[in-house]
Amino acid sequence: MNTLYLAKRVVIAFLSLFIVSSLVFGMTMALPGSAAEIILGTQQTEESVQQVREEMGLNRPLHVRYLDFVVGTFTLDWGQSLVSDQPVVDLIAPRLARTLQLALFAMLLSIVIAIPLGVIAAADRDTIVDTLITSVSYVGVSIPSFVSASLLLLFLTTPPLDLFPTGGFVPFSEGFVPWLRHLILPAVSLNVIIFAYVLRQTRSSMIETLESDYIRTARLKGLTERSVLAKHALRNGLLPTVTVLAINFGWMMGSVVIVEEIFSYPGMGRLIVQAISERDLPVIQAGILVPTAAFIFANLLADIVYTYLDPRIQLGEQ
Amino acid sequence: MSRQDFDRRSSQGDRLLSVDGLNVEFAVPGGTIRALRDVSISVETGETLGIAGESGSGKSTLALAIVRYLDSNARVPSGEIRFKGRDLLGMSRRELQSLRGNEIAHVAQNASRALNPSLTIGEQIKETVELHQDVSGNAAAMERVYEVLHQVNIPDPEGMVDRYPNELSGGQQQRALIAVGLSCNPELLILDEPTTGLDVTTQAKLLDLIEELKAEYDVGIVLITHNLGVIAQIADRVNILYAGEMMEKGTVREVFEEPANPYTQALLATTPELDKNKELRAIPGQIPELGSIPDGCIFADRCAFATEECRSGDIDVETVSPTHQTRCRRWETAVADPIETGTATRRSSTPGDVILSIENLVKHYDEGAFLRNLLGDHQPVRAVRDVSLTIREGETVGLVGESGCGKSTLGRTLLRLHDPTTGRITFRGTDLASMSKAQRREFRSECQIIFQDPEASLNPRKTVNEIVPRPLRLFTDLDEPAREERVEELLDQVNLSLDLKTKFPHELSGGQQQRVAIARAFAANPSLVVLDEPVSSLDVSVQASILNLLSELREEYNTSYLLISHDMGVIESVCDRLAIMYLGKIVERGTLEDVFEPPYHPYTRSLLSSIPSLDPDDDTDRIRLEGDVPSARTPPSGCSFHTRCPQKIGEVCEAEEPPLEAVDGTGGDGEAAHCVSCHLDREEMSRPLDDI
Ligand SMILES: Nc1ncnc2c1ncn2[C@@H]1O[C@H](COP(=O)(O)OP(=O)(O)O)[C@@H](O)[C@H]1O
Ligand code: SF4
Ligand code: SF4
Ligand SMILES: [Mg+2]
Repeated sequence: MNTLYLAKRVVIAFLSLFIVSSLVFGMTMALPGSAAEIILGTQQTEESVQQVREEMGLNRPLHVRYLDFVVGTFTLDWGQSLVSDQPVVDLIAPRLARTLQLALFAMLLSIVIAIPLGVIAAADRDTIVDTLITSVSYVGVSIPSFVSASLLLLFLTTPPLDLFPTGGFVPFSEGFVPWLRHLILPAVSLNVIIFAYVLRQTRSSMIETLESDYIRTARLKGLTERSVLAKHALRNGLLPTVTVLAINFGWMMGSVVIVEEIFSYPGMGRLIVQAISERDLPVIQAGILVPTAAFIFANLLADIVYTYLDPRIQLGEQ
Repeated sequence: MSRQDFDRRSSQGDRLLSVDGLNVEFAVPGGTIRALRDVSISVETGETLGIAGESGSGKSTLALAIVRYLDSNARVPSGEIRFKGRDLLGMSRRELQSLRGNEIAHVAQNASRALNPSLTIGEQIKETVELHQDVSGNAAAMERVYEVLHQVNIPDPEGMVDRYPNELSGGQQQRALIAVGLSCNPELLILDEPTTGLDVTTQAKLLDLIEELKAEYDVGIVLITHNLGVIAQIADRVNILYAGEMMEKGTVREVFEEPANPYTQALLATTPELDKNKELRAIPGQIPELGSIPDGCIFADRCAFATEECRSGDIDVETVSPTHQTRCRRWETAVADPIETGTATRRSSTPGDVILSIENLVKHYDEGAFLRNLLGDHQPVRAVRDVSLTIREGETVGLVGESGCGKSTLGRTLLRLHDPTTGRITFRGTDLASMSKAQRREFRSECQIIFQDPEASLNPRKTVNEIVPRPLRLFTDLDEPAREERVEELLDQVNLSLDLKTKFPHELSGGQQQRVAIARAFAANPSLVVLDEPVSSLDVSVQASILNLLSELREEYNTSYLLISHDMGVIESVCDRLAIMYLGKIVERGTLEDVFEPPYHPYTRSLLSSIPSLDPDDDTDRIRLEGDVPSARTPPSGCSFHTRCPQKIGEVCEAEEPPLEAVDGTGGDGEAAHCVSCHLDREEMSRPLDDI
C-alpha cells in the first residue's frame, strides 16, 4: 500500500548521498592550495607534489575525477590511504563496525529506558513520579558528553568503584561480558543527552495522544488503563519519537569523535582524528561520507518504521 | 451472569437512566465555569430522547457526565445519576469499566477523530466484543464484528474490517463508530452529534439506522444534536438546553407544535425550512460565558419576551402539561403570542449583464502523476467535468451537491485560484487566460471568496484592523485616513463593534470571524463573491444572522454571489438560481421554483427528500440513496448517477450520457431555462414519490 511512498523515500536517500558526495568533492577542490600540497604540508618540493598528484590521479581532467569520486562513493571505492597504502574501505570497515556497535548500543539504552520512562511520566502526568523523571531529564540535556564521559571515567574506573575498564575495545568473539564492560561507559556518556531528548519527546507526544478523542473512545469502551496505553496510545504516541531517534542517531555519529577519543575506543572517530593529523585526504573524505550516509539511512529507516506504524502516510493524498 | 440477571430484576420499575438536579463545574484559572445547572433528564428503554441547544449549552458535558468521563478539572457539587437504579456517581473504577462499552455506549461527536487512526475498523470493534462478551475464540468474535457492521449497513463488511479509518468516508466512519457502540448490545446508547458534518443524504440514512436500532434492540437512546429537524424526525421526547440549563422538555409533538419557551421558539425561527419561504430570525447576542451566572433568567439578554421581572430570583420549571415543562416565567405569553416566523418576500431582482461566464470548464487534479505513471496505471481526479455557467450582475447562484462533487473546485477554479485544465472563463467579456497584468489585478479586486472555516482564512497574527483593509491597500489608492474611515464603515455594516478592531482572530467567536472575513471581502467593492459553505461551521442561530447580513450587503453593493452549500435550506433563503452538481457535472439548473418543484432530476429529488422536516408529523416517503459518491478518478459511464439512481431506466443510463437540456422541450438552454440532464421524460420526472 505504501510501496510508492517508500520507493520515493529510497530514491531521495540515494539522491541525498549523491549530493553529499558532490559536496565533499567540491570542498576538496575548494581547499586553498592543491590537495597534494595540503597532504605534503611543509615538506613539499616540486617533485614530491608532482608524485602525489600522480599517485592520487589529480592530473586527470576535473570531470573524470568527479565522476570517479561519485561512482566510488556508491561502490565503496574510496581509493588508497596515503599513509598506510591500504584501501580506505579496509581501514573504515572494522572501525565503522565498532562505532556502530557503540552507537546502536547507546540507542538501545535510550529505547529501553528513556521511552518507558517517558510513557510513565505521561501516564502519571503532574504527579511526583512525573516531576522526578522530567527534572532528571532536564539535568541530562545540559550535560555535554565530554563532561559526562570524564565524570564516568573518574568515578567508575578508579578505586574504590573500579567497575569498568578505562577504555579500549574487546570484540564480541572474545566474550560477551568483556565486550559489554568496554561498551557501557562510552555508550552511557553518548547517551546522556539523547536520552533526555527521547524521554521528553516521548512524554509530550504521549500526553497529546492521551488527550485525543480516540483515547476517550477506548476508555469509554471499558478498557483498563493498561490496555488503553498498550493498544491505543503507544503506537500513535511513539511516532514522533521515531523521528527524534533517527535525528539523534546522526547527531551521535558526530559526537562519537569526542567520546571515542576519551575512552580510547578504536572506532571511526579516532580514525578521522588520526587521518586529519596525518593529512590522509582519502580517509578524511570517507570519514565525512560514511557518517553522513549513516545519518541518511537512519532517516530512511525511521521513515520505514513510521509508515509501518502510521497507515495514513500515502503519497499525493491528503 | 447471575449478577446481571439480579440487577435486571431488581431494577424493574426503575428508569433506565435518570439524571436529577445535576450540577457540573469546571475549575479554570481565575474561577469556575458552571457548565450544567440543575439538569434533570430521564430515558426509558425503547425511547429516543433528543437533546438540543446551541454549541456551548452543555450537551456534550451532560453526555460525558453520564459515562463519568468529565475532564480532570470537573466537579459535580450536587445531583444524582442513576442507571437502572444504580448510583453512577458512586461507582468504583472497576464497576465503571464493566459498565462502559457494555451496558452504556457513548458514541462521541466527530467520528474521524474518535476512531484510532492506526487500528483497523475490525480490531476496534472486536476489542469491545472480546472485552465484554462471552465469545470463545477469534472466529466467534469476528462473527459478531461482521454482524454489527452489517447492522449499521456498512457496505462489504468483510473488506471493511481490514481498513483503517482514514480509508472510509465520513458517513462510513460514523457508522463504524456506532458499530463499536452497538457491538455489546448496550442498554443505553448515547449519540453525540452523530450527523453533524455529514451530507443530508448520509444523514438521512443514519437517522433511518437509529430508528431501526431502536426498534430492533431493547435500547434507550440519548440523541444530542443542534439540528432541530433531526430531533423532530426521530426523537420521542426532547430537552432543550441553553447555557447549562434545561429550558424546555416534553414530547416532540408538544414542544415543536406549541413551544412554551422563548428560547425554543427562537431556535425554531432561526432554522431554515425548505419550501416555506421562511424569513430567518437570528437570535440576537450570543450564549453567555458561564464564569458568573447572572441573577434571574439566563436567557434574558437575548429573549424577545423578557421584562424586568425576568432579571431577578430563580426561574423555576413550570408545568405546561403533565408531559411538558418549561423554565420561563412568561411562558403563557410566549404560547399565546409566539415569535412569528414571517414569510420572506422573495426578491424579484432583474439581473443585469452577464459578469462571469464559464464555458466547458474541466479541472483535473493530477498529484504525483509522474511516479504513479511509472508504477502503474494512473487516473487523475476529475473534479470538474465540462461545466458551463453564467452569473449576472446582482444575481445569486447557488451550487449544491454532496461533498466530493466538485463544488469547491469549481468555485476556486473560476476565480483562478486553480488553473483550469481546459475550458474558458470570461469576466465582463474578457477571457481570463488572455488578461493583461492590469486586467488581472482588476479581476482579483472585483472577485472575492469567503471560505467555510473563517479562522483558517484569517491571518492569526494580524488584528482585525490590519486584516480588513488589506484589499484596500492592494487594490485601491486610498490614503491612510480614508482607509480607516472605510474600515469603520465596513465593520459597522457587518455589525461588528469597533472595540473588536484590535482583536486577533482567535479572540473572536466563529460568527465574528466570519463577519471579519466578509468585511474584508467587501472592502474593495467586489462585483462577485464566491461563498464556499460560508455558514456550515456555524451554529444555526449565528447562521441566520450571517445569511441575513449577506442578503443586506448584496442589496447595498449590487454584488453577485456564487453560494456553495450542501444545505438546501441555506440555498433557498438566499439564492435566485440554482445548479445541482454531481460528480463534477451540473445535472440540473434553473430558478429556485424550477428546481424545488417537479419535474426533478432524480438526484435533486433525493437531496430534497433527505432533508429532515421540523414538523414531527411529516412522514412523507423519503428516497435513500445507496452508497457514497463514487470516486472522481473513475466516474461511472453514461449518466454518472446511474449507480445510485432510484429511477434508473436501464442500459441506456449506463451507455449514454444524457445532455443538459431544457425540460420544457423548447430545446432552449439559455441560462434562465430549467435544464435537466436525464433520460427520463418530463412526466416521469414529475411523478409523485410513492410511485417510484
Ligand atoms: N474541561 C473544561 N474546562 C472548562 N470548561 C469546559 C470544559 N469542558 C466544557 N467546558 C465548558 O462547558 C460548557 C458546555 O460545553 P459543551 O458540553 O461542550 O457544550 P455543547 O456540547 O452543547 O456544545 C462550555 O461553556 C464549555 O466551554
Ligand atoms: S423567563 Fe423571561 S427572559 Fe427568561 S425565557 Fe422567560 S420571558 Fe424570556
Ligand atoms: S439518466 Fe438514468 S440513471 Fe441518470 S438520472 Fe436519469 S434515470 Fe437516473
Ligand atoms: Mg458538543
